[in-house]
Amino acid sequence: MTTALRSSSMRKRWRKTSSVVMLTLTGLATALAIVPLVWIIVYVFQTGLPALNADFFTHLPTPAGVPGGGIANAIAGSLITVGIGVVIAAPIGVLTALYAASHANTPLGLAIRFGTDVIAGVPSIVMGIFAYALVVLPQKHFSALSGGVVLSFIMLPIIIRTTEEMLKLVPGTLREGSLALGAPEWKTSWRVVLPAAWNGVLTGLLLAISRAAGEAAPMLFTSFGNPFMNTDITQPIATLPHTIFVYAIAPYDDWHAKAWATALVLIVLVLVLNLTARLIVAWRARKMGVAR
Amino acid sequence: MGHNVTLGSTLAINSQATETSTTANSPIKIQAENLSVYYRSFRAVADVKLVINAQMITAIIGPSGCGKSTLLRTLNRMNDLVAGSHVAGEVILDGQPLYGPGIDVVDVRRRVGMVFQRPNPFPKSIFDNVAYGPRLYGLHSKHELQEAVEKSLRAAALWDEVKDKLHQSGMVLSGGQQQRLCIARALAVEPEVLLMDEPCSALDPVATLKIEELMQQLKVDYTIVIVTHNMQQAARVSDFTAMMMMRLDRAGELIEFDATPIIFTNPKDKRTEDYVTGRFG
Repeated sequence: MTTALRSSSMRKRWRKTSSVVMLTLTGLATALAIVPLVWIIVYVFQTGLPALNADFFTHLPTPAGVPGGGIANAIAGSLITVGIGVVIAAPIGVLTALYAASHANTPLGLAIRFGTDVIAGVPSIVMGIFAYALVVLPQKHFSALSGGVVLSFIMLPIIIRTTEEMLKLVPGTLREGSLALGAPEWKTSWRVVLPAAWNGVLTGLLLAISRAAGEAAPMLFTSFGNPFMNTDITQPIATLPHTIFVYAIAPYDDWHAKAWATALVLIVLVLVLNLTARLIVAWRARKMGVAR
Repeated sequence: MGHNVTLGSTLAINSQATETSTTANSPIKIQAENLSVYYRSFRAVADVKLVINAQMITAIIGPSGCGKSTLLRTLNRMNDLVAGSHVAGEVILDGQPLYGPGIDVVDVRRRVGMVFQRPNPFPKSIFDNVAYGPRLYGLHSKHELQEAVEKSLRAAALWDEVKDKLHQSGMVLSGGQQQRLCIARALAVEPEVLLMDEPCSALDPVATLKIEELMQQLKVDYTIVIVTHNMQQAARVSDFTAMMMMRLDRAGELIEFDATPIIFTNPKDKRTEDYVTGRFG
């Protein structure tokens, strides 16, 4: 009796101890995961803010040694190249995902899945070389267009995979409801399945944009960079990540400060984009009365 | 599940149904001849011979897995969507073979509408849910769409409940309302036949009753075929009842078909009697 009691109280203590240990370990791991995240943001804000002022957004870069100046050209360039990327990748990606989701087990459906996985694993600099061969060489000069093309390569697998996953979450009964009304397959996909998955599609698009907006390596030999304001997509153009790279490797202290400030602008830009889209998603969800 | 009616009340058969079925001389709407349905090599439904009378409610009953839904889904070719499924024998709708050459599946599904087990409104507004079908068939004038939507919602006994919130999402309605919305959506393309696959199995008793009342109103204009697990429901609403069973080779067969009062009071087949009196199933 007493031994049984003692052993039960020992078991209880053991349970409590192991619970505390595990809780501590998981908590520690979480903290370790969050620390770098917060650290990066705090550090970028700390080092970037001092060089930030209104001129930074509206002015062009100044030559080395001349104080002031800004990154208006890179902000415009990033928006343009990412914009070109979205325009190319979004329709192709979403339509491909529609096909892959409704023909998941056909040879082509499986090939799409395998192909996107492979493309997603290709380093972005290799994509850059490819776009260089595909666009820059025939054009014989660097251009915003080639930068947009390479960004679309980077976005495509992300858009396809996330959209496909989201489309698969749409209950089959919705498809059936539409097909039972006599709607053909493509209309069902377009009018019922896609709208039902729209929030997820938008999320995928955002992920892709965030990823593309931060790419520097493939821009080295596609959009190339440009110290002047350019909106001609056939001409070289500056981008935020590339500007960070150029400023960061320069031997001047004020350029280093500008690199941090540019990084801050990039982070905030992606953040604002994310928040806007989340708000749209939330608003739509409330309007349509569907859970996200 | 919905109705916990005692065994005795299985016999309390809808008097309206009794009346119509005894005077049944209504034209044949759908006819199945030696109908078998296969999923690849597996035979799910075997040699069914069935007659669906126009403007009547025909119930298909039987234990789980006996092929009731499969049979129902051959009547508007929804089984075509299942990879590897094929059909032997014939289904004839108004003298036309549904599986014959040159038959347009879209046309079949427009003429034979379907309501599903779980309400499946589209994540669109109530209006757009009902207008989906008419738009599909080329109706785009705002006025005509409004008319079609109102007519269908009235026919589905939902108009009064939703007329002030047509532009809210169909998802905000209650389960029973959603199911009536789905009925309205099916009616909006002006079908001739309405297939209902356990339409009340996800609903509470009050909502179930509403749907059953609605079915009685609808049969004036439509031919209705309902699959149900609920024998009391079959007894209450239907004019004719088809009893299905699974054979030893797991294929479903039709073991008895008759006017509903006969199936429930004086069935010829011992298995039907055992099933409707609740001895198994």
